[in-house]
Amino acid sequence: MTNPRLLRAALPFLTLAIVLAATFYVQPRTMSYFGLNLMLQYAVPIALATTAQMFIITVNDLDLSIGPFVGLIGVIAATALNASPVLGAAALVACVLAYGLVGALVHARNLPSIVVTLGLSFVWLGIAVMILPSPGGKAPAALKALMTVQTPYVPFPILAAVAIGVIVHLALMTTSFGVIARGAGGNPKALARAGWSMLRTKVVMYMLAGVFGLLSGLALLGLTTSADAHVADRYTLYSIAGVILGGGEFMGGRVNPMGAVVGALTLALAGAFLIFLRISPDWQIGAQGAILIVVLAMRALVTYGEKRS
Amino acid sequence: MTGLRTHLAEKPWLWSFLAAALVWGLAVAFAGGHGGGEILTSALAFGTFTVIVGLGQMMVITTGPGNVDLSIPATMTLSGVIAMKVMDTDSAHMLIGILAAMGASLVVGIVNYTLIRLLRIPPIIATLSSSFLVLSTAISYGRGLRIKPPPPLAEFATVRMFGIPLAAIAICLLSLAVAVILKGTVYGRTVAAIGQNERAAWLAGLNVRGTRFATYVLSALLAGLCGILQSGFSGGAALNMGDDFLLASIAVVVIGGTSVAGGRGNVPGIWGAALFMYLLVTMLNIFGASPGVRLVMTGVIIIAVITIAGGERQTR
Repeated sequence: MTNPRLLRAALPFLTLAIVLAATFYVQPRTMSYFGLNLMLQYAVPIALATTAQMFIITVNDLDLSIGPFVGLIGVIAATALNASPVLGAAALVACVLAYGLVGALVHARNLPSIVVTLGLSFVWLGIAVMILPSPGGKAPAALKALMTVQTPYVPFPILAAVAIGVIVHLALMTTSFGVIARGAGGNPKALARAGWSMLRTKVVMYMLAGVFGLLSGLALLGLTTSADAHVADRYTLYSIAGVILGGGEFMGGRVNPMGAVVGALTLALAGAFLIFLRISPDWQIGAQGAILIVVLAMRALVTYGEKRS
Repeated sequence: MTGLRTHLAEKPWLWSFLAAALVWGLAVAFAGGHGGGEILTSALAFGTFTVIVGLGQMMVITTGPGNVDLSIPATMTLSGVIAMKVMDTDSAHMLIGILAAMGASLVVGIVNYTLIRLLRIPPIIATLSSSFLVLSTAISYGRGLRIKPPPPLAEFATVRMFGIPLAAIAICLLSLAVAVILKGTVYGRTVAAIGQNERAAWLAGLNVRGTRFATYVLSALLAGLCGILQSGFSGGAALNMGDDFLLASIAVVVIGGTSVAGGRGNVPGIWGAALFMYLLVTMLNIFGASPGVRLVMTGVIIIAVITIAGGERQTR
């Protein structure tokens, strides 16, 4: 009898392995340095956005504005950062601070994060459209160079994904701040009574989400080379699905940083897999929904086993 | 004055009507006192669609924290596409078209609740995943065709009586029915009870599962109805016809004074909020605001309303 807890932790990796094996089977030519690089390059910004979402979900909130935020970062970096590096960098820092401010507002007034971030998504999109009404701008050369770098033996996207997963895992699962942050999702009242500032915890987590949203925007811009306010609208859904695929829960501070990155990789790969399958474009999005449902069904079975034992 | 204030505190939905009136006044004043009636008529016409999906979303949100229906836009699209294709511009096929569209919506509602119940996944993810499948079905079935609605349907959706759209009057009656259901039936009281404390409701012997099931089905059916009417109004179904309604359905519920934490629904507020949202965009248009400014203003106002209305102490 396998250990359900172990099975649950292994499920995201198992899912990725299955999707990867299926992709190799359908299109053997992807089993190469070049093929993996091409299929997974967009996994980097998705993994970063998913990590950002995970920070918010850790404290029992949900961020419906991360997609437009990633788009806004790209727009600022493709315009202001080129024109005046100091001003552009200041604008990017202001965006991260704004995230912290939203965290403070949500905590201080005990507001539902879904509604606040819903409103916020309009604000990010509006600012981005004001700066760049139609797609354009130009990615800073350094970003382009970084995102297309050819690392030896292992493709860059895989190295980047592993690095993100390990760093966030160490920060959230092994440090004392990480324990408090997850505790803020598990039992905020208990932690507050023990003397920890829930306001500070929430602001830090929201700002961390802002930082990773920022990195996601820059990474995406490095790949697309020009900016568009709407380029990352789907990232909101991707990031939530990635966290859940990676074994995270909406409530209780139960998250899994490595899993979240793996979930993001799975989503990116599933897109490529569906293209190789030559599924009619009509059903592409539906197939993604079906994959999500199948994975969640598997998890429901595992959780059932976990509860029984 | 104090009387007015306590009145306002007791009836949070009045705020949305006051805000709508204020925005309308500003728009008319800026336009030089002209066109007030026409602005109101179109606000009623467009607001009606938001109200229909808002009613369903309100019932879902009232069943408690975490409950939200993200499949509304996809369901609207599927329903609109099916209705137009089955009717095929023929008035004689109108009834069967409506039945087919509503039947498909019913299936979506059942699937949604089945996913939530069987897979024990949060409604957000359940309705999101199902919406992907629903949208693909609509895309595949619709094949990008734009079929005109049969004349009687188009007429019903667009005709006006003394400047008031007929559809708005019909949906006003529907809202009244939903308000009665919410306040005066066992089902409606159970919805509120579940939202306040699901466990307590269950221990009290209320039919929690059946009520949640009925609520998700109701939301899907209302989305389907909205899809049919919207197709009649705008000369056919389009694959992006539901896009704006996801955010709008949640926004009108929240601005209308329904508790986001669940347990307290509010029907009149949905009307006020729907009118307010439309009039706000109209006002900003009259002011000559750019699309970016309009988006930022919409966002800021949603955040401001929820901040002023305040979060309530959650019981859990």
